[in-house]
Order: sequence, then C-alpha cells, then structure tokens
Amino acid sequence: MADTLADTANEAAASLPEYPMAREGRCPFDPPAAMRALPAERPISRARIWDGSTPWLITGHAEQRTLFADPRVSVDEHQPGFPHQSHAMAETLDHRPLTIFNADAPEHTRFRRMLTGPFTLKRVEALRPAIQKITDDRIDAMLAGPKPVDLVTALALPVPTVMITELLGVPYKDHEFFQRHGVTAVDRDATPEQSRESSTALVTYLAEAIVAKMADPAEDVLSDLAARVKAGEVTVPDAALMAVVLLIAGHETSANMIALGTLALLQQPEQLALLRDTEDPKVVAAAVEELLRYLTIAHTGQRRIALEDIEVGGETIRAGEGIILDLPSANRDPEAFPEPQRLDLTRSARHHHAFGFGIHQCVGQLLARVELQIVYGTLYRRIPTLRLATELEQIEFKDDRLAYGVYELPVTW
Amino acid sequence: MTMQVEVDESKCIAAGQCVLSAPEVFDQRDEDGIVVLLEQRPGAELHEVVREAAGLCPAAAIRLAELVEG
Ligand code: HEM
Ligand code: SF4
Repeated sequence: MADTLADTANEAAASLPEYPMAREGRCPFDPPAAMRALPAERPISRARIWDGSTPWLITGHAEQRTLFADPRVSVDEHQPGFPHQSHAMAETLDHRPLTIFNADAPEHTRFRRMLTGPFTLKRVEALRPAIQKITDDRIDAMLAGPKPVDLVTALALPVPTVMITELLGVPYKDHEFFQRHGVTAVDRDATPEQSRESSTALVTYLAEAIVAKMADPAEDVLSDLAARVKAGEVTVPDAALMAVVLLIAGHETSANMIALGTLALLQQPEQLALLRDTEDPKVVAAAVEELLRYLTIAHTGQRRIALEDIEVGGETIRAGEGIILDLPSANRDPEAFPEPQRLDLTRSARHHHAFGFGIHQCVGQLLARVELQIVYGTLYRRIPTLRLATELEQIEFKDDRLAYGVYELPVTW
Repeated sequence: MTMQVEVDESKCIAAGQCVLSAPEVFDQRDEDGIVVLLEQRPGAELHEVVREAAGLCPAAAIRLAELVEG
C-alpha cells in the first residue's frame, strides 16, 4: 500500500513539467512556449526541478506580489526542502556565508542598511556625468576603430564595470580580475572548488582595500564600509563580502541588459527609432522600464521556501514547501501588461518584476536605471545606422547563466 | 478629497521607488536611503503619483488614507 502510494506520487511528479524549460531558438526574447500560457491559465502550479522535487511555480504577477511581500516566505536556503538552483548550489550550501541574498529579516535589514547609502536617488543622479563620460568615451573608441565590433566587450561590459569599480573605489586596472572572479563565483556550473577560489580571491583583495581605506578614506563604498569597521558595526571579512555582493550583482546584469536590449531593438527598428529620435528623458526612462520587463534577464526563478502554511490564489502552500517565482512569466502576465508579448516602449511598465519585489528587491535598481537610460539614450543617437554584423541565428544566448544575455554581439554601422 | 500619507521606516528597504515616482512627497535619508516623508497631505495634483508610489513600494512601507470630505 505504502509502495503504491509512493509510486503514485512518483508518477505524479514525473508527469509535471520540468523547470527551467528551454527557450525556442526562434524567439530568444520570449519565455519558453510552455511557460507563456501559465500566468493567465495557472498562475500557481508545480514543476519538477533538477533533484526531482516538485516546488510551487508562481507565474502570475499578482500572486508573485503577494508572496514576495509575505514574511512567511523565506530565502533561508538551509531549510530542508529549499528548491536550490542546481546541484552545485545545493552542494556549496555550507560554504556560502550569510549575505543579503540568503538572509531573512531582521539579519537582512542589517545587511541591507549597510549597502543602501550609495544607491539613493541623489547619489545615483550625481553619477550621471561620469556614466555619460564613460559611455561617450567608449562610443568614440568604437567609431575610431575597425568594424565590426563586439558590442559586449566594446561597451556593454566596460560601462557597468567602470561604474561599479568607481562606486566601490577600486582602481580600473583591476577590472579584469573582477570580471573573471565575479563570474566564476556565481556560475551555477562551476565546481565547488572553483567558486570557492574565486570568492576567496575577491574577498581577499577587497579586505585589503578596506583596510587601506581605514587609514586613507575617500568618497566611495569601500570607505563607507571601512568607517563601519572602525565603528565596530562589522568585521573586515564581512565588509569585504558585502563589497563582493555588489560586484557580483551589479556588473553582469547591467551589461546583459545593454547588449540584449540593443539586439532586441535592432530586431524592431520602429521601436529603436523611438529612442533614437528623442531627447525627452521621460521617453527614455519609460523605454528602459519596458526593456527591463520585456527581457527580464533574471530568468532562472527566484527561490524561496514557506515557513508556515500560506493560502494564496485558492491554493495552500504548506510549511516546508519550496517556491519558485519565475520573473519572466509575471512580466508577461496579460492581467498586468496588455499584449504582453509585444515590446512597446511607450507603455507604462514600472510595475514589472525585473528587479524582483518585496524586501529583496534590487538594491542597485536606481543605478541600473540611470546606466541604461544613458547608454540606450546615447548609443542609437550617436550611431543611428547601427546594425547587426551577423545573423540572429548565429548569436549565442546565455541560456545557462543566472542573468540572461548574449555572449557576443557583433555590430557595424 | 484629502489624502493622508504615512510611512513606516522600519519596513522601508530603501529601494527608492517612491522618490522616483513622487519626489515632491518622498525623500531619502542620506546615510541609508530610508524614506523621509515631505508631505503628509499632498495636494490633489499629486494624488496619482503618490498612489503609484504606494503601489510600487516593494515593502508595503507606504500607507494611504483617502478621505472624502463632507
Ligand atoms: C539591470 C540590472 C539589474 C537587474 C535586472 C537586477 C535584478 C535583481 C533582482 C531580480 C534581484 C532580486 C533577487 C531576489 O529577490 O531573489 C536583485 C537583487 C539585488 N541586486 Fe540587482 N539587478 C540589477 C543591477 C544591480 C546593480 C547595478 C546592483 C549594485 C551595484 C545590484 C545589486 C543587487 C543586490 C545587492 C541585491 C540583493 C538585494 C537583497 O537581497 O536585499 N543589482 N537584483
Ligand atoms: S518605495 Fe518603499 S521601500 Fe522603497 S524607499 Fe520608498 S518607502 Fe522605502
């Protein structure tokens, strides 16, 4: 009897759709076909993940808002039943320290408040001239050099890398070091040894930098953290870890948005023209929100676990059950965004979930917005004849990465 | 109609959505970006953006009471 029950349960699990699903090659900007109907038809369902477990899969925009905001929904990855991203993430669990990402309130609140100072609207707006200058410099270099050019290495990566290293107060000469270790440290397919080595290299470098700033402070994040160390609020290793978090979260994400956004716009020239032909910051700002929604590069499902029984959308999520909040689906929910599969830079899209929702919503969102407003607002105006230097079919997409994007984007003009 | 705005600093996570929507009504503390309320009773011309801010706040830190006078 028990056997039969277990068999039935196994069969039921086997019949559930697998998550994540593959996108179709023909529509690299759209969620997988099997996911597209879910927000409207089954905003709350279940799916089977790599370890055979069957967590809840939340695809509806309203349902995601409710759960993201619910304090009974936890990011504590040590809870049994937590729906880990991958085998590697599950295996490295005990090596991953407590950070802003995997802490619940009240620890989360403490981490968060140490990081938010540099990301206020005032501080981020003050960076506009510097971001504009990096962007113009890189475009000058593109225009002066040979073509075609890979937009990822020429513009998309350097802009956020310079921004984040300047924000932290780290010399630009070390940016390649960050690039390499930052990517490996969070690569879901890296071996535990590889990701540990990279994290250690970054933390060591930054710890030394923070100690140096304690003696010789400047106007930057590492100096802010150094001051907190001096005040006894945080240890040097913990402060270094917080700086690493910003690096990891901030550079590949923005870079992917720049390159993938450009590719999407090159496929839809009438949309690109809206950006190219405007000087209105409001039009540019709205376009950025729509591209964030349409592309939703955080595409591997935010992972949570229920600490208590939760009623939502007519279902009961039991304490101890895993929850996956698939951001791309919510951003294509027709209830929240009419004609969701259409890229429409003029729509009002600010309620998108591209930065998540709830207390873990992106710390760097105002900075990311300004970076994207400047890059999208400058690139197509300065190079109005920009076009792809290859076929769409030749482009390799980051299907396997935490942040979706393209590995290379050959362009010419 | 009057609108009464309240903010809960302990819930705020300094995402900055409110200042982006309604800078006339919300500001942020310099040291950690926590919300500062500038206008408890914003004028009618601001009601729409304040509602937008409250709806976008990811941490449910903005409460609105809208009272019809009579
Ligand atoms: C377009 C670019 C970006 C996108 C799409 C993005 C997306 C996200 C998302 C979806 C989350 C929520 C994770 C969750 O709820 O599980 C998040 C959190 C976070 N992001 Fe971003 N991000 C971007 C840029 C940045 C930048 C530029 C920084 C900083 C320099 C940054 C720092 C962070 C941090 C520290 C968190 C953790 C917040 C917390 O757990 O409280 N992000 N981001
Ligand atoms: S939107 Fe909410 S969480 Fe963000 S700063 Fe304003 S009050 Fe705080």
